[in-house]
Formats: sequence, C-alpha cells, structure tokens
Amino acid sequence: MGTLTEEIFSRRLGWDVHAGEIVVAPVDYAMAHDVTGPLAIEAFRQLQVPLWDPERVILVFDHILPANTVAAAGLHKVVRDFAAEYGVTHVFQEGICHQLMVEKGFIRPGGIVVGADSHSTTYGALGCFAAGFGSTDIAVTFATGRTWFRVPETIRINLRGALPPGIFPKDLALQVIRRLGAEGANYLAVEWGGEAVEAMSVDERLTLANLTVDFGGKAGLCEPDEQTRIYLGDAEVVDLHPVAPEYRSVLEVDAETLEPQIACPPAIDNVQDLSTVEGTQLDEVFVGSCANGRIEDLAIVAGYFEGRQVHPHTRTIVVPASKQIYMEALARGFIQTFMEAGALVMNAGCGPCLGRQHGVLGPGERALSTSNRNYAGRMGSPQAEIYLANPAVAAASALAGAIADPRSFK
Amino acid sequence: MMGRIFKFGDGISTDAIIPGRYNVTTDASALGKACFIEARPDFATSVKPGDVIVGGRNFGCGSSREHAPMAIKATGIQAVVGRSFARIFYRNAINIGLPVIQCDAIYDAVEDGGPIVVDVRSGRIDVNGKMFRGETPGPVAEAIMEAGTLIDLIKSRGWAAIEEVS
Repeated sequence: MGTLTEEIFSRRLGWDVHAGEIVVAPVDYAMAHDVTGPLAIEAFRQLQVPLWDPERVILVFDHILPANTVAAAGLHKVVRDFAAEYGVTHVFQEGICHQLMVEKGFIRPGGIVVGADSHSTTYGALGCFAAGFGSTDIAVTFATGRTWFRVPETIRINLRGALPPGIFPKDLALQVIRRLGAEGANYLAVEWGGEAVEAMSVDERLTLANLTVDFGGKAGLCEPDEQTRIYLGDAEVVDLHPVAPEYRSVLEVDAETLEPQIACPPAIDNVQDLSTVEGTQLDEVFVGSCANGRIEDLAIVAGYFEGRQVHPHTRTIVVPASKQIYMEALARGFIQTFMEAGALVMNAGCGPCLGRQHGVLGPGERALSTSNRNYAGRMGSPQAEIYLANPAVAAASALAGAIADPRSFK
Repeated sequence: MMGRIFKFGDGISTDAIIPGRYNVTTDASALGKACFIEARPDFATSVKPGDVIVGGRNFGCGSSREHAPMAIKATGIQAVVGRSFARIFYRNAINIGLPVIQCDAIYDAVEDGGPIVVDVRSGRIDVNGKMFRGETPGPVAEAIMEAGTLIDLIKSRGWAAIEEVS
C-alpha cells in the first residue's frame, strides 16, 4: 500500500513502510565518480573494514575525462588504486555515470540504488528508488551495503495531454520547476505520471527523473510499464504501482499549451517562455549531459543541423552521454552531420556542464546548454551567463547564433 | 561562542561554495582557501574561527560535492544557520561534523558583519540579546552530532546506533 516509494521500501524491508519512517535499508548498488569517489574512498578507509561487495560498487570516470591536470590525474589514480586493491570490477570510463548505470543494467524497477552524485535521481525513470548522497554516506554503504533513509512523502505530478512539436520532457520539467521553485520538492519524492509520461520513451523519462533533484527532490520515479520492459529487454519487470497512495500534493501540468521553457541565469527556477528571451546572442551552445545527452536528443539536433551550418560566432559543442550513444550516433550519421555543421564533438562524459574541462566560459560570455545547472560560475567564469533549454532549442540557437525558436526552423 | 556573521542570500549552491575548478582535491585546507572564492572573494581571507554563516533559503543546493561543507568547516566557521537547507548539503554537513542549524526567523534580524552567539548543542542563537532557537535536527542527526561524524558513529556502534533511534 502507498506511493511508489512506500511500495518499494515495503517490499524491500518486508513490512508496511510509511512516509516519515526512518529506516536502514539494503541497496542494490552504490556508485561514485572521479570527483566524489576519492573522498568516499578516504572515508571508507577510516572504517577499516572489508568492502561490502566488490561487484556492487560502481566507479566511473566522467567528470574530468581524460584527466586534464596533474591534480585530476592524481584523483583518478586514487580511484584506480582502490579498485585494484579491493577487486572492484565495474570501473568505467565510457560516459556519464548516470547513463552507464542505466545502460549497463544495474537499474531494476523496484530496486534501491545510491550514488555519490546529486543526479542519481535519474534512475527513478525505471521505477527504482534512487537518491544522491555525499561521499561519507556512500563510504558507509561501501562498507555495509546499507544506508539510512527518512522515507519521503511524495508529490505526484500529472503531465496531461500530448507533447506538441518543439516541446520535450525538458520543457515539462522546467515548467514544473517554474511552478514549484528550486526547493519545491526538498526532502520529498516525486512521482511523474499522466498521459504524457505514459507516452514517453525511457530516454525521455530519464530527463524528467534527472531534473527532479534540481527542484530539491530526493527521488523522481516513473511507474514501470511496457516501455520499461522493452527498454530492459526482459519480461521479468516487477509489477509496481502506487496502491491507494496518499500524496503530499498533486500538480497537474498541461503539456499541450506549453511553449519551450528556458531556465535563465542565474537560477534553475528563473524560467521564462522562449519568446521572452528569443534573440539573446550566444557565444556557446552545449548539447549533452545527463539531462539531455542521449541518442534521441542527438537525433533531434542532427535533424536541425542536416545541411546547415552553426553560426560562426557560436562555438557548438556536442558530447554524447556514453560510448554506446556515441557509436549509435556514428552509425546513424549524426556525428558526421554535427561535424559538417561546424560543431565540436567531444568524448563521452560530463563535458562542459561543470566548467572543469573543455568548453569553459570566459567573463561576459553567454551559453545555452541542454544540461541541468545554470548557477553563476557553473561552466566557467562567474561573470558568464547560462541558459538551459531542450535539445531542439539548442540546435536552432546554435544555427541562429542567438536563442531561437525551433518551431520556425522546419 | 561569539562570532561575526557572514550573511548570504537565497539559493547558495555548492558551486558557489566551492566551484568545480577548485575541488579537484581531497585536501581540506586547500578547499578552505577556495571557499566562496568567486561568489565572495574576501571570505576565506577574512573569516576567523568561530564566525557564523547565515544563509537564506535552500542553502547548499545543487551538486552533492562534500567538498562544500568540508571547505566551510576548514575555514573555522562555527556553524551555518540557514532559513532552509538543500537535503544533500544538510546531510553531508552533519556527516562531517559541521554544525548546521535551520532557523527561518533569524534571517531578517541579522546583518552582515554583526555579532552572533551560537550554542550548537542546543541550537540557541543570540543576536544582540534577541534569542532564537533552531529547529530540532531529528534523531539520526542528533546521534551523528553526538558521536562527532557519521564515520565515528558507524565505527563505534554500527547501524544499531541508527536503528535504535528509528
């Protein structure tokens, strides 16, 4: 009985779990990456105990890949040495941790997964309870296979209607953030439902679940369904639904009347309709990230770039979220399209999103990104400005050299 | 303990506390030197042990980087008092032994640079003789604070320490 979150915890723990309870629960997997991993490893070593399970610890190099400084290489070495010492076999350097967690089959509906990265909420798209933690919490999970949760209450968000042309899950998420504010779901779980979500592919749902943390959500879940079964490629997907749930609140969003939504600097909840900021000149466009770096996103961008050139004043950077996506994009001709259009294509990983490696912004520069964070200084200079949008807006804006409406391009 | 207030606004992100270009290290003192390096460049050079950060709403939002509370703690800041905290930052701060106190009412009563007396154990705050009390942090946070850090708690007592207060 209860919300998706309560159902998952009840099944896992074997008793009726209700929101508000504090529980110590076993997890399926614990993930850390090249920046949060070294701190987790230091904290784990202080505990002086064996590793819980070398096959359930996932280590990913993605935030600074390949290492761009001696300091970054040093952090990577800490992680590699730990993996070798403890026999951790799931060590990846082929894309963003969150995309790999899903692609590599670590995420199952009904599961519980923790990650040392805030966007670990992404896995909720498959009906898994997944939350982000800091390094010390993850260290304790490395040691024990468990962590503690205050089982959260849930906000139910029903996305109504069908998505009109030029409108994508990113716009729905930004509309929700516009209405609830940057801490609207703090300490709460979010259930994403309604016809628009039922009609979405898993790739699209990953975008919704990903952005859940950007309005404070602890986890963002979708009910597993036929799409989930197709995506996971097996029929053994657990039957999991909310049962007589009591929600903290319910939000209805009408997809059909929506304009493209743009998160304007310097906060995720400074969301405007595209028409308000159309024409704003851009120095950089970034297509990628755990929010919108998947094959469907790249397909949208390639559709706009085909036979066209990006604006000469707007450097355009494309970063597929994983090697698998990169190789599919190669096979489908997208990479050639991007390069012929004048875009730079970088190796799979976090890319310019966090301003630590390539694509860093200079003072006074302005970027539009398909990622999920636009804080001052996020992508480089604190005097740079970051706009967040869906992949079609990013593509149209790269071509125009300014924020542009994709619906006028086709 | 008496300290001086460093007042910040709403939505202070972990990117503002320690930008992604400065957390490529696990060294606490290096993190402390870069604390608020872009958002408030004079912070790390002027802060003294015992000083207090008073933040607005959603303090510590964004990235889960534990480098953020580590950086603040390394500067000698005694406590962070916020109108509200982002969940991961709050949990990280408690885990590493940086006192965080949620208190909405204090925000409008304090000025940047003014004096403040915080008792982190009781959550009592004195601003120019005006008394405030922070919200109770909850049983798990209290158990961790009592032990010092989450590592201290788990190392000494294991999960039983948390299971018995749940």
